[in-house]
Amino acid sequence: MLLIECPWCGPRAESEYRCGGESPIVRPADPAATDDAAWADYLFYRDNAKGLSFERWHHRFGCGLWFNIARDTASHRILAIFGITDPRPVPEPGA
Amino acid sequence: MTRYSAWSLVRAGFAGQRTWDPAWRDAAPRKRYQAIIIGGGGHGLATAYYLARTHGIRDIAVLERGWIGGGNTGRNTTVIRSNYFYPESSRFYDFSLTLYEGLSRELNYNIMFSQRGMWSFAHDRHGVEMLRRSVNAMRLNGVDAEYHEADEVQRRIPGLNPLPRFPIFAGLLQPRGGTARHDAVAWGYARAADRLGVDIIQNCDVTGFDIRDGHIVGVQTTHGDMASECVGMAVAGHSSVMAERAGFRLPIISYALQAFVSEPLKPVLDTVVLAPSTGTYLSQSDKGELVIGSGLDLFPSYAQRGSLPVLEHTAAGLIDLFPQFSRVRLLRQWAGIVDVVADSTPILGESPVKGLYLNCGWGTGGFKAIPGGGFCLAHHMATGEAHPLAAAFSLDRFRTGALIDEAAASGIAH
Repeated sequence: MLLIECPWCGPRAESEYRCGGESPIVRPADPAATDDAAWADYLFYRDNAKGLSFERWHHRFGCGLWFNIARDTASHRILAIFGITDPRPVPEPGA
Repeated sequence: MTRYSAWSLVRAGFAGQRTWDPAWRDAAPRKRYQAIIIGGGGHGLATAYYLARTHGIRDIAVLERGWIGGGNTGRNTTVIRSNYFYPESSRFYDFSLTLYEGLSRELNYNIMFSQRGMWSFAHDRHGVEMLRRSVNAMRLNGVDAEYHEADEVQRRIPGLNPLPRFPIFAGLLQPRGGTARHDAVAWGYARAADRLGVDIIQNCDVTGFDIRDGHIVGVQTTHGDMASECVGMAVAGHSSVMAERAGFRLPIISYALQAFVSEPLKPVLDTVVLAPSTGTYLSQSDKGELVIGSGLDLFPSYAQRGSLPVLEHTAAGLIDLFPQFSRVRLLRQWAGIVDVVADSTPILGESPVKGLYLNCGWGTGGFKAIPGGGFCLAHHMATGEAHPLAAAFSLDRFRTGALIDEAAASGIAH
């Protein structure tokens, strides 16, 4: 069970949240000028990293707001929590 | 190598069962192979077997990071079925089921395939309509399917809760569905492939790829470099990790899928039951254990263990179906890392690197596809052409948009 610290509500159980997948995923600025391969890359292709991963979470049964998490997908350790529009934090060495 | 039979069992009995050969050799890796398979699970071993048996390519290495069948092949809930919706999926999965029907005899290894039937339920009027649609689709695709009303479902599954929280309006039965001994599938393919000359190399991690002008020429491993211009990759939940080492990404997200086993009971359940309302499904193994599963832990994970909310949800779903199991103890709980794609349809065939072939994207249902997945990948690796059964499962469908959206269509927990 993950204990996730919502930036607004504090530490809450995993079951209150929904994971919204990798973050950030940037929509191509001009879809009409984007070829099919680049569009597929935007829609479907993911880093799916083993280890440090950046993802957005939604506090569905709480404040209802979105935020970002840096998490290790192998150990499940949460390394950083940051705002939905904030840039990815640089991980500390050995984290 | 000894052929397994009642006679060989009796004969070895006179020698105290001490005369058996190892089921496969502990092969020493060589510098060059005609074909290399990464991943010694069911799909990888089946690919090696069909390459050797059907296509006569016997200069093959299967490289397994851990031990044979120690990944998802040894972690699934052993259900075999072909109750899909679209023609492409139906054809492929039914072919795989058909191969399973003859597999014990073909491999000379008892995989204990028991066609005890598989049920999935409808819990409301809309569910009934979707269930009828599924039955009709399956029949149009030539797959066996039966529709039964609630009283017939209750009559055929003794002990099923007559008044569950999510009422059972109707059931879809696939009589040819069932379960098999999962370890035996890996061991049977390993033994049969080994007998055809395939080198099975365990504790051998592939750490990198040698790629020249976009074409694969070899792999780097913890047992040294091996050259080959034809490499297959069947590593399930770790497909993205392996793809990164080859320099490309995949449309895959890895999740943990949990399974649970209860203490052994006397025979209480002679079929496979799925309740879509909770996603819970169960069967009883020949040892008497209830084998139980349900949905994914819905966040990306490479940890082969599950989280407690899903365990609680699954237990609630189980007790809703069979209240008498409320005091049954769970003996073991674990998770496998599954490779989920957007349309719940596998990826079989070419990768962006020439000569490197993919067998992945099975999501939560790779076990039932082992014979078919191995057969079709072997065909592609040997001939350079996609097998007609797997032609629609190319990686390129994510670019062209020709997705086969079984996630929404087949009414099964994926």
